[in-house]
Amino acid sequence: MALQSVKEPTVEQIVDQKIYQQFGVTDEEFKKICGFLGRKPNYTEIGVFSVMWSEHCSYKTSKPILRKFPTTGERVLMGPGEGAGIVDIGDNQAVVFKIESHNHPSAVEPYQGAATGVGGIIRDIFSMGARPIALLNSLRFGSLNNDRVKYLFEHVVEGIAGYGNCIGIPTVGGEVMFDDSYEGNPLVNAMCVGLIDHDQIQKGVAEGVGNPVFYVGPATGRDGIHGATFSSEELTEETQAKRSAVQVGDPFMEKLVMEACLELIDSGIVLGIQDMGAAGLTCSSSEMASKAGNGMELYLDQVPQREEGMTAYEMMLSESQERMLFVIKPEHEEQAVEIFKRWGLDCPKVGKVTNDGSLKLFHQGELVADMPVTALVDECPVYNKPSRVPAYYESNQKLELSYDEVKDLNQALKDVLASPTVASKEWVYNQYDYMVRTSTAVQPGSDAAVVTIRGTRKALAMTTDCNSRFVYLDPEVGGKIATSEAARNIVCSGAEPLAITDNLNFGNPDKPEIFWQLDQSAEGIAEACNVLNTPVIGGNVSLYNENNKGAINPTPVIGMVGLVHDVDHITTQAFKNDGDIVFLLGDTKDELGGSEFQTIIQGKTEGKPPVIDLEKEKLLLDTVLQAIQKGLVASAHDLSEGGLAVALAESCISGEKGAEINFKSDLRPDIALFSESQSRILLSTSPEQAEKLEKWLSEQAVPYQKIGNVTNNSDLQIYVNDQQVIQSSVEQLEKVWKDAIPCLMK
Amino acid sequence: MNFAVLVFPGSNCDIDCYKAVEDTTGQSVEYVWHTATDLSKYDCIILPGGFSYGDYLRSGAISRFAPVMNEVVKAAEQGKFIIGICNGFQILLESGLLPGAMRRNDTVKFRCHQSDLKVQNNKNPFTHEYKIGEVIDIPIAHMEGNYYCDETTLVSLKENNQIIFTYEGENPNGSVENIAGICNKKGNVLGMMPHPERAVHELLGSADGKKMFTSVLSAWREKNGVAIG
Repeated sequence: MALQSVKEPTVEQIVDQKIYQQFGVTDEEFKKICGFLGRKPNYTEIGVFSVMWSEHCSYKTSKPILRKFPTTGERVLMGPGEGAGIVDIGDNQAVVFKIESHNHPSAVEPYQGAATGVGGIIRDIFSMGARPIALLNSLRFGSLNNDRVKYLFEHVVEGIAGYGNCIGIPTVGGEVMFDDSYEGNPLVNAMCVGLIDHDQIQKGVAEGVGNPVFYVGPATGRDGIHGATFSSEELTEETQAKRSAVQVGDPFMEKLVMEACLELIDSGIVLGIQDMGAAGLTCSSSEMASKAGNGMELYLDQVPQREEGMTAYEMMLSESQERMLFVIKPEHEEQAVEIFKRWGLDCPKVGKVTNDGSLKLFHQGELVADMPVTALVDECPVYNKPSRVPAYYESNQKLELSYDEVKDLNQALKDVLASPTVASKEWVYNQYDYMVRTSTAVQPGSDAAVVTIRGTRKALAMTTDCNSRFVYLDPEVGGKIATSEAARNIVCSGAEPLAITDNLNFGNPDKPEIFWQLDQSAEGIAEACNVLNTPVIGGNVSLYNENNKGAINPTPVIGMVGLVHDVDHITTQAFKNDGDIVFLLGDTKDELGGSEFQTIIQGKTEGKPPVIDLEKEKLLLDTVLQAIQKGLVASAHDLSEGGLAVALAESCISGEKGAEINFKSDLRPDIALFSESQSRILLSTSPEQAEKLEKWLSEQAVPYQKIGNVTNNSDLQIYVNDQQVIQSSVEQLEKVWKDAIPCLMK
Repeated sequence: MNFAVLVFPGSNCDIDCYKAVEDTTGQSVEYVWHTATDLSKYDCIILPGGFSYGDYLRSGAISRFAPVMNEVVKAAEQGKFIIGICNGFQILLESGLLPGAMRRNDTVKFRCHQSDLKVQNNKNPFTHEYKIGEVIDIPIAHMEGNYYCDETTLVSLKENNQIIFTYEGENPNGSVENIAGICNKKGNVLGMMPHPERAVHELLGSADGKKMFTSVLSAWREKNGVAIG
């Protein structure tokens, strides 16, 4: 004990040596903190303030951006602010979901970084009282030709698999993309979806003065405490021994904690519950107190400790995994202890709800910290960062793309299918248990995953999407496209889009050009959400994603959930029957900017991204969803990376069918087949239904073209204006598409 | 007929097994905690898949010491039907109710996908509603499904018709003789890596696993002279 107090800087040292700066606290912020305390903070207090006032907890940079998002709607039961947002799906049921990033830990230790990302988002869902039913993810890596990237990719996937498979929540979908901008800074975003009855909804509030606060989960260790903390010169000796490790996940422990917490919630005695995620005990205790307008006392000697001689500072900042904090009435203590005991867990009492609005920490008989919770949670300054239009944007806007015509489109199609971004992700998702809980009706590989809800005719469709090349070229348009593409995927699976969760992955916002990207893409997302009626019910912001070459492509990942009203509406991208008629909905324009074709064939990302008209998108989505609900559609597939050619190949491959297509277009064949124009969907239907479908599309004034038939001859033949440009066996295309990633990973 | 689905800390296919029994047989089914010391009321005991005790030490190695396992051994001796699926199979191997051991998949990766199984033997309570040689579509999801036994055991498995399922086409894990599921000599204890409980609804990809559960029910009825109806 004495040893620790010797090592911790004194109040004077904190001020004189400006130690707070190492925690990312500015001089200005330090002055404010002193003002709130009415004195200078000690080491524990400045540590607690620094994490609460970090971007991760306070959103001090992104708050002005996040205010743009629509967050309400007739179905929204809970918007941003709690662990996760909640949307009504009728019959007293609701869906709970959120996405969160674990980018930086995954760059250092990919397996544990990814695994604990999954563990954290699952806790956010069950702390709301919901039963987690599905996981998704959105992953970004550099080029797979690089050995370090291969290492990161392999172990991130294993980490996600290791955690999700063990805890028994199916990983049903997601996306993986590869682009040089992510080299050294991969993106690992994990999303969890849960199901809840309305009357079970929990909040992270410390209610009822005098009520006890309990801790459940494994003991607190020194993992996850910010490494910079120990980097001052006089502490160098100890630095190596004490430098925080990346957090280590234990999905078995989380399974027990989850089951026990859900049982506790089900018993009806919980007043407030929150997980210890980022900033661990600090964040959960101060947020729970603040939301209830109360204070909290914590008795740190009662906190289970994994290591000897832990200080108050270390316990408060530890990010040890699988821990929860909850408040109940004193008379229910025995009942709670019984429930946890059944699951082999202890739940020590570590604190008490108070009415003085302070977070007071007691350690070894002394009051070691005393801070107003409102200052910690609500008073962090908000910054309006300067914004500047980047030069690259201006020049791309002026650029007129003109590439020589690519004549060998058979080869071009194979090249694009073999691009790891487009190629089959079977190598990835076969490592995930996507079937546990026996509700997965549409498995990974189609437009959106679909999970049934037992005891009802309903199902949930879910997807994650973001084409960051479009966002890079024009953040506002790219934001609209990301949201629209997610909605298109949801609709193509037969569901009505409900709401989104967003994960804003960007570079350093202190650079005005990066802040501009953030601001503009949020503008685009907000507008799309308004038009498509999909409010933002929660999300996460991950900034400072840079490598030595600069910032990552701006990547605002959209996680969307939709409601399938009847399982009969569930639709996949796979062509179903020989002789079915194929329709292309939407207009195809000369739009190769940011396309996969441009990247693969030209080796560039330049020009303007495709234009998007949100009103047209909305009309398309409503029309297709109703066509599906009327039973007029056999298969539906969103056109995205690789345009019409890739969409046709994918529908053939997944349906094990051929197709004979004749597409009429004013465009050059290579542009016609690989343009990534927005608001397009490929439908197929039986000859009997084709007329009705055509009538419906005409009535709704959705542009369409009947482009051919599904065949049994196992070839994909594509003509443009009666000229054959592609002729390949589907088997051969499948081989190229399926072998690409396994070959690169060998 | 009464089914029990055992729940060990870390079991995660317990609910799926429960639902599958309910949906395919309509019989009584209950969850039974790993600490239970009486299984006398159950006719069929299912050890579900999952990661009991986090697969720490070795898959199934800790669970075999759970109090309920003494009762499972007794039930097996009494001739009751025991089914171990995935982690449940691993626990049966660890507890010695079935011969052999499980190694990590030869691909060194967790594998989850549909797989084709060939029914090698239908003279037992678990598969008598299938035809011999029938190929059925049942998913797998495991990291340690590479079944191994020595030559003597293999000869004995074959002599006694204990090999129930083999993988047809690709062997996903490198198991000896493509083994996917075996039973004990008496034929009342079955262990299999694939998940029949995940294959009882067409909507979820396959309904080929249904007959496993209905086989057990009709076998029990026959054994107990219950009229089918």
